[in-house]
Order: sequence, then C-alpha cells, then structure tokens
Amino acid sequence: MLRDISLHILDLAQNSITAGASCIEINLSCDRESKFLTMSIKDNGCGMTAEFLASVEDPFTTSRTTRKVGMGIPFFKLACDQAGGEFSIKSVINEGTELSGSLEIDNIDRLPLGDVGDTTSFLISSAAETRFLIKLASVKGEFEFDTDSVKEEIGDVPITEYEILQWIKDYVNENVQIIFGGVLNEIIS
Amino acid sequence: MKSLAELKAIKEKAQNDLAMRNAHNGTRIVVGMATCGIAAGARPVMNAFMDEIQKRNITHATVAMTGCIGMCRLEPIVEVIDKEGNKVTYVKMDADKAVRVVTEHIVNGNIVTEYTIGAVQE
Repeated sequence: MLRDISLHILDLAQNSITAGASCIEINLSCDRESKFLTMSIKDNGCGMTAEFLASVEDPFTTSRTTRKVGMGIPFFKLACDQAGGEFSIKSVINEGTELSGSLEIDNIDRLPLGDVGDTTSFLISSAAETRFLIKLASVKGEFEFDTDSVKEEIGDVPITEYEILQWIKDYVNENVQIIFGGVLNEIIS
Repeated sequence: MKSLAELKAIKEKAQNDLAMRNAHNGTRIVVGMATCGIAAGARPVMNAFMDEIQKRNITHATVAMTGCIGMCRLEPIVEVIDKEGNKVTYVKMDADKAVRVVTEHIVNGNIVTEYTIGAVQE
C-alpha cells in the first residue's frame, strides 16, 4: 500500500507519462459540504482500448512486460473504497484518460495528503517536456500551477535544475497549505 | 508568500552553475519509482541522493527516476551507471544508505559492496 495521496499521484501520473501525454492535469479539491476530498488526473495520452479499460482495475492487468501485475490503479481504488469514497476511470483511445477518486475527509481510513510539492517536482524531473497543471480548490480559494509559466520565466535554463525544482516544491506546498490548511488536519505528513 | 518573479534570481544562479557542469558525460543514478518502489520507500531515497549531490556540489552525476526494474521484493532499487556504461545495482536502499553510496561510490569511486544485489541475494 502507498502511504499517502501524493504517492498515489506520483505513481498514477507515471502511467500518463508512459501513455505519451504532452499535458497532465492533476486536480485536488475538497468540498466542505459533501465532506469529500477528490483527486483526479487527466491526460491527453494514447488512451486505452475498451477491453483494457474494462480490466484495468484488476491487479493482474498491466501493460508492462517485466512482471504480470499492475497494482497502481487497484491500490488507489482500494484507498478510495476504504475511505468511503468512489473511484472512476474514463478513457478514449488516442484522446486520453481521466481517473478520479474521492475520499471522505473525516473517515479514519482516509490517507493523508502527503507531500504534493515533492510529487510535483519528481514528475517534472522525469518528464521535463510534459506540461503539468496542478489545480487546488477548496472553500478557502483556488490555486493553479502551470509548468509553462515557469518555463516562460526561466527561459533557456532547464526546468530540471535542482534550485528550480526546489522552488517549485516549496511554491506548491505553500499553496497546498493555504488552500487545504485547517480543512484537512494533516497536510504535510 | 512565493511568487513566480523569484524565478528570475534562481535563473541567473542556475545559468552560472550550468556553465560549470558537464552532466551528460557523467555518472547516472537511477532510482526505481514504480508502484513497488514507491510503496517500499523510494521517495526518501531519491530525495537523499538529490540533496547529497547538491550539498557536496557534485557536478559529474545526475539523478533520475525510472519504472519497475523487475525485482519488486528488493525495492527500493538504485542503479549507478558510470560513463562507460558499467552498472552497479544497489537494493533495499534507504536515505542513510543513499548518503553512503554518494560518499563512497560517487565521490571516491569505491562500490559499497554490502548494499549491492550480489551481496543481499546470498
């Protein structure tokens, strides 16, 4: 099992990178009324066939060849189920995939959010060409991070430079705290 | 409160650093970060490598992440590949072991034999 939501994002977004996505959008939102924290990842990668999609929640389905199991999606679905939420995945071949999971905020089995900034900088370092959008929303406000606006500022310096990745990590985490602080009890585990 | 404008200052510093570095011809440190690696704790290992390399101002090594290396029970797995393509595979890593690998292997060129797959598999 993965210990927090940010680790699930790190894991699942790598599927989008493998699918050749040029843009990956990660949404985190919590709605005080419905008491759910929702995480979704949307990409414009190669998508999946209807047959593969139908079996993707099965741990014995994988596109990899090094082993016969694929635990990423089943683990996240389990994390949502255990926290009283729901999981869904939609995919259109050659258009992209969108997966979404919700977790009840007050549920004792809800995973903590974890280090979302760290996840962001790792994903960027492993797919520097990909555009990443991180969107956060709660009653406290909204925040949007876009790798394109960082690239505009830094010009010819690669986004994978240590200082830049550190800055991105701190910037995202600061905003995670502003948007989710107080609503979720443990923001940075 | 951070703002995008701060990137200007970071950019200038990074440009100076880049001029001194020749990363592409150096050693590559590859951390396995698929579901198995993440669950076993690959993230602190990756962070330890990145921080240590930065702290020691090492210019001949880069850190990257990869998918499943194929031996999930031995995760977190780290491969160190030198510029000739020779590969050393370290298994069951943690942050402290990562620091030691940087000091002994990356800086001084001595493989930390006890953490390698050959030693652990016995």
